Amino acid sequence: MPSADPALVIAAGLARRYGAVRALDGVDLTLAAGEVLLVLGPNGAGKSTLLRTLAGLLRPTAGTVTVGGRLLASDTHDVRRAIGLLSHQSLLYDELTLLENLVFTARLYGLPDPAARAATALAEQGLAERADDRPRSLSRGMQQRAAIARALIHDPALLLLDEPFTGLDAVAGDRLRALLAMHVTGRRAMVIVTHHASEAWDLATRVGVMVRGRWALEGPRPAGLDDFQQRYNEVARG
Amino acid sequence: MGNLFRLALVLAGKDLRLELRTRTSIISAAVFAALVLIVFNFARDPTAVATLDLAPSVLWVTVAFASVLAMNRGFLVERENAAFDGLLLAPVPREALFLGKYLANFAFVMLVEAIALPLFVLFFNLDLSHALGGLVLTMLLATMGFVAVGTIFSAMVVKTRFAELMLPVLLLPFMVPPLILAVKTTVPLFAGRPLSEVVDGLRFLAIYDIVFLTLAVLLFPAVVDE
Repeated sequence: MPSADPALVIAAGLARRYGAVRALDGVDLTLAAGEVLLVLGPNGAGKSTLLRTLAGLLRPTAGTVTVGGRLLASDTHDVRRAIGLLSHQSLLYDELTLLENLVFTARLYGLPDPAARAATALAEQGLAERADDRPRSLSRGMQQRAAIARALIHDPALLLLDEPFTGLDAVAGDRLRALLAMHVTGRRAMVIVTHHASEAWDLATRVGVMVRGRWALEGPRPAGLDDFQQRYNEVARG
Repeated sequence: MGNLFRLALVLAGKDLRLELRTRTSIISAAVFAALVLIVFNFARDPTAVATLDLAPSVLWVTVAFASVLAMNRGFLVERENAAFDGLLLAPVPREALFLGKYLANFAFVMLVEAIALPLFVLFFNLDLSHALGGLVLTMLLATMGFVAVGTIFSAMVVKTRFAELMLPVLLLPFMVPPLILAVKTTVPLFAGRPLSEVVDGLRFLAIYDIVFLTLAVLLFPAVVDE
């Protein structure tokens, strides 16, 4: 369903094939700033492929991605500056400290005063005191917060999150939800891929269900989670 | 162009810092080089082949194998926590990614050569004072070329299950031309001939460098972007 606000992200006819397998099969997506799209679907539905294609890590076999009015395929660098990705993995180097990891990232993005920016990003995630620790010495929850600091250090307009709650206990999950809620702003859109709608239901403004590389459902988030869950089970089972 | 080199230096600096912290490739490559030299030293029959005739081949075979070990780690460090995705996500030209990895690999291999050369002199009891300038120039030129090929092949094989095995299989055939040129240049230098006698060999090494460095920079985006 198109948004009334100017679209920040437009994906049109996205397709991605792996040989004969159609991981994405003509996916359209329009997302305005301030919107949070929850993407659900069974294993192999194409959720992660969609996220990696939006991030520019996978080239679509067909279709286009536009972020902030710029085409990912042609204005690649400008679009990359507008995208942050929280992946399954932290994207951090285990042999560098958190601060070194973030300073390196800030330098890659050409940010002014990388050391100060990195320190601020860690402080925002409550990791200032762990700045000199290495990622592998942290708990899974802290690693996830460090990965968020990395994903947000350049203040991206589009934040993509691939199963951000995986491996977190209830307390760490609540903390992550609160952190993400802080970063939902009128300037930013988020796409959250997850297996469990309840994990990010309150954050979402829209919900999409992918089945076999296509939207089976996509639109504004309905009021009731239980009703949606029932509907989800029906479409996911085909 | 300035930004490209700035980013390449940022990337190379990160790789050097990682290596200085773990010392994984440098120590393993240096130990490997020492072991190869020891094996050659005890396996050769000095009455059959003169040391001076054998030494250039031994030096370059040692350098070749130790370099492959040193270059193996170049992209393997990026597999950790999918860090390479982080590089690909950043607004960094792929050419800068290549140059950063290339500079780091070049520094590692030159360091391994700097460790191997004194060991080689020690084991083979050679006086290379007269040939040192020419030898260093030959090492620089040969290393520039095969590190370019090694960097792109290590980017290609890093996603495979047997990256450590695949790199030497792919790289060694491409290392043969610069190794032959390097040996042919080193033989007269060891024999005390002047640098002017090996200029042709050095020129061919420079041509190899230009061709393969250019090809590697051009091919790298296609290798890393899916």
